Amino acid sequence: MIPAKFDYVRAGSVSEAIALLDKYGDEAKLLSGGHSLIPAMKLRLNRPAVLIDIGHLSELKSITEEGDEVVVGANCTHKQIATSELIASQASVLAEAARTIGDVQVRNRGTIGGSLAHADPAADYPAALLAAEAQIEVEGKNGRRKIPAADFFQGMYTTALADDEVVVAVRLPKGSQGTYEKFFQPASRFAIVGVAVVKRNGGVQVGITGASDTPYRATAVEQAYAEKGVDAAELAAEGVDMMEDHFADAAYRAHLAKVLTRKALA
Amino acid sequence: MGNFIGKSVKRKEDVRFLTGKGRYTDDIKLPGMTHAAFVRSPYAHAKILNIDTSAALRAEGVVAIFTGSDECGNYGVPCGWQVNFKNGETMREPQQPLLAKGKVRYVGEAVAIVIAETLEQARDAAELVEVDYEELPAVTNPKEAMQDGAPLVHDQWPDNRAFDWCIGNDRAEVEKALASAHHVTELEYVNQRLAPNAIEPRSYIADYNVAEDKWTLYTSTQNPHLIRLLLCAFALGIPEHKVRVVSYDVGGGFGSKIFHYTQEALLTWVTKQIGRPVKWTADRSEAFLTDAHGRDHVVKAKMGFDKEGKIVALLADEYCAMGAYLSTFAPAIPTYLHGTLFQGLYTTPLIHLDVTAPFTHTVPVDAYRGAGRPEATYLLERLIETGAKEMGMDPADIRFKNFIPAFDGVNQPGYQTQVALQYDSGNYAPVLKRALEMVDYENFRKEQAEARKQGKLLGIGISTYIEACGIAPSAVVGALGARAGLYEVGEVRVQPTGKVSIYTGSHAHGQGHETTFAQIVADKLGISIEDVEIIHGDSEQSAFGMGTYGSRSLAVGGSAIVKSIEKVLEKGAKIAAHKLEAAVEDLEYADGKWTVKGTDKSISFGDVALTAYVPHDYPEGVEPGLDFSSFYDPVNFTYPFGAHIAVVEVCPDTGKVTLKRFVTCDDVGNVINPMIVDGQVHGGVVQGIGQALLEGVVYDENGQMVSGSYMDYAMPRADDVPMIETDRTVTPCPHNPLGVKGAGEAGTIGATPAVVNAVVDALWHLGVRDIAMPLTPARVWAAMQGKS
Ligand SMILES: Cc1cc2nc3c(=O)[nH]c(=O)nc-3n(C[C@H](O)[C@H](O)[C@H](O)COP(=O)(O)OP(=O)(O)OC[C@H]3O[C@@H](n4cnc5c(N)ncnc54)[C@H](O)[C@@H]3O)c2cc1C
Repeated sequence: MIPAKFDYVRAGSVSEAIALLDKYGDEAKLLSGGHSLIPAMKLRLNRPAVLIDIGHLSELKSITEEGDEVVVGANCTHKQIATSELIASQASVLAEAARTIGDVQVRNRGTIGGSLAHADPAADYPAALLAAEAQIEVEGKNGRRKIPAADFFQGMYTTALADDEVVVAVRLPKGSQGTYEKFFQPASRFAIVGVAVVKRNGGVQVGITGASDTPYRATAVEQAYAEKGVDAAELAAEGVDMMEDHFADAAYRAHLAKVLTRKALA
Repeated sequence: MGNFIGKSVKRKEDVRFLTGKGRYTDDIKLPGMTHAAFVRSPYAHAKILNIDTSAALRAEGVVAIFTGSDECGNYGVPCGWQVNFKNGETMREPQQPLLAKGKVRYVGEAVAIVIAETLEQARDAAELVEVDYEELPAVTNPKEAMQDGAPLVHDQWPDNRAFDWCIGNDRAEVEKALASAHHVTELEYVNQRLAPNAIEPRSYIADYNVAEDKWTLYTSTQNPHLIRLLLCAFALGIPEHKVRVVSYDVGGGFGSKIFHYTQEALLTWVTKQIGRPVKWTADRSEAFLTDAHGRDHVVKAKMGFDKEGKIVALLADEYCAMGAYLSTFAPAIPTYLHGTLFQGLYTTPLIHLDVTAPFTHTVPVDAYRGAGRPEATYLLERLIETGAKEMGMDPADIRFKNFIPAFDGVNQPGYQTQVALQYDSGNYAPVLKRALEMVDYENFRKEQAEARKQGKLLGIGISTYIEACGIAPSAVVGALGARAGLYEVGEVRVQPTGKVSIYTGSHAHGQGHETTFAQIVADKLGISIEDVEIIHGDSEQSAFGMGTYGSRSLAVGGSAIVKSIEKVLEKGAKIAAHKLEAAVEDLEYADGKWTVKGTDKSISFGDVALTAYVPHDYPEGVEPGLDFSSFYDPVNFTYPFGAHIAVVEVCPDTGKVTLKRFVTCDDVGNVINPMIVDGQVHGGVVQGIGQALLEGVVYDENGQMVSGSYMDYAMPRADDVPMIETDRTVTPCPHNPLGVKGAGEAGTIGATPAVVNAVVDALWHLGVRDIAMPLTPARVWAAMQGKS
């Protein structure tokens, strides 16, 4: 459990972090809470030559309102998100997800930016962000861009983030009130399946994590909801390949997707 | 007699543990100490074509690198228990080499050891060792290992069979009884492989001192003397009196630290080569990959009943994995510690077990808390419970019908089983009665029916068990194949001021001996518990002891101490009589002093001790000093027993099992410290629940371990278990001076089938008859869909 050798640089700002990323290329990794990266480095599954620490940057630590959006800085910890009054009143689906992450220590250290960039297929936030139709704001050499959550998650540990880009914030439309239903994997306590639902304008938006190698919007459920109500949950796994492991086979994951969606819709 | 036995005295050792002042092997830093890292096989089975250490040798800080082609490759660790084939041939015993030679046989097997100035350097250099492998097909499941054409673990044995074995009555007779039984219950299941997961990973430091030509091995072991013997006499062939083995504090073992591991011998060999101390501590990944595992039986079993529900016969066939090599006690676990418990608490007249023990491309399997006895209890309790349900009988009633009638082992003889053992004393009905009362069994059935109407799935599961503890006597275990004695030694060294140092050959790794043993001594001597120190874990302090496992410490080790105390008091009385100018017969000993009966003339224990060491005015013919050592070799095992009941709720939507209650009534004989016994029961029960609901080592088809971390191997946590409700009855052991039976494994032995029985009970009306452990929500849900 000892990582390979690495150098450590503390970036003074986001732009400095970007410059450092540019300089070191794929030798380098950003470090925020360290709760995904460091365990992987200890197992030597990940061996960056340089760590660029951005965890302390206060410019990424605030939770604010901008027009119709709640803007959550990438360095906000799970704890901060779970306990923010603004999020509770305008984007509660995110707080619901944050509350279920890991344990107290993990929530005190881990950040939303790190979680999104890491893109563990069983992570909790993606379901909430998909359901909220959030956008992930990233900054690189060529400035900032906003990526809709649906485009951001591209596969297991794979995102739309370019090598030299930093996640700076998550933007959620106000009124992203909703629920998150999670079935815990008993060892890791990540999600075997997690379902987030945001009800907006009489319709529902459903995001599902853990079930498949990429978190997805359950569009079939959303479309059928007007007609079928909670029974639309039966379509939660429609057309999606489910993952399998020794805790849950594909049939069980599909079943859980339906059960949890029903619960979240109710 | 005194003030301590039977009291919940707070654990003396906890101050040290809870304030981070424990002395674990990894805490020890010796001057000039080097660090070791291993190059391990990524394959379950492969030929080693070439090992290139040249780049690694050039790496910063590297002191030395050794592989199986070096001299150490000629050494291996021995197996400590011999089991013979049914036809009398000796078991097949491959040498487990200190480093793999020619072939690797499980993922994680050590191929090379890299020694460097720092641990970081050792790890970095280990990555530079290049090994060319030719991967070969592997087999990890014990039943599949016995099929024709299965990949061979050891080429010289073309059927993978380490041994086969049987116990009990004639098989044909048992089969005949089953054929004519009123009802036969049959189950086929896997008692899954478990990883032991002690909180402290294994850790060793070997230190060779040129000046004295002596080695010191610091090791996280449960039995320092046995390790010294195996290391010196069998693994390396070095003189035993030149080796000191030290294991101070050990952070849990659960059996996994009984065994003599290759790393202990290898480091002892290495330190002399490099002339410096060398340390290795497993990380958690290495613990999963290389600590000996437990269980892993593939079972087919039948229990026959008559019309009244009395068991008429029991027959089982089991495939029990040994792993790639035979670990120290491996052959004993599925045989003498398993089949000998098939009588359970029942009067079953005909019993037969056939065991086939194959090699597999996995880490070795050996004793894990309960060791063979949880597997026996699981088999019996799943069968009897299922039988009752199939016949429409109450699962509690059927047990009462089958219990062996009470016997105290004094006025009534011990109970002779069909499977070699003779139980010491037992009174089985009261433990089940009490457990049923605690759980309010009568009412539960109503509650269950009511809940079912509301769509809630409640279930209750019973398990009653017996175990054989205090493993001994030496002559018996010797006849059964043990290559060691199983007595214990206890020395009482009274210091001139009357303070007492106790040297025990048993070893504590969480059990609280420093308190329990001190309670006995303080009680018997009538002195303060603060005046007693328990010393263990150093082969140069205590005489040759046998260590701790099989819930033996109190029954065997405690008894040895009692024998020594008796000798101290006997000699003390002579000194006291001299000082008091009275006859020994006229003295009585109480509250720490000898008094001349009927007078107020007395002398304290401390004054007698001082006299013994300053023998100016001293009885003639008596030696100075007050120091006695005793070896205690009991006449039989001890047989604790009990009843466990689990109440569960199964989520109808997801199959998730929630434990609502867990009730135990155990009988561990006399109890020295009730709090410590409760703690042992709690821990054991949680481990048993872990097996039922959560834990399991999983290998994929290539022999890769897919459950090799806490992300993938589910351990029970506080929120997985309810408050555990405990009670006890007391049936003293008739054959040891304390009347104690042992409590270390009871929880694990009883708990697992209680939980599984409860879940099946909750789902019986849906047609569910059995579910494979661990009962993950996915499996439970599949069973509810009729897919198990
Ligand atoms: C015991 C434990 C339990 C956990 N349980 C859960 C759980 O139940 N649910 C769950 O969702 N997660 C869980 N996690 C993961 C946890 O949420 C992590 O904190 C999170 O995934 C990563 O955030 P971090 O700040 O720690 O990122 P780090 O570990 O510092 O970084 C993770 C990755 O993101 C990159 N990165 C970090 N910040 C940025 C950024 N601003 N822009 C671009 N890239 C960046 C890093 O280079 C790295 O590749 C658990 C972790 C642990 C250790």
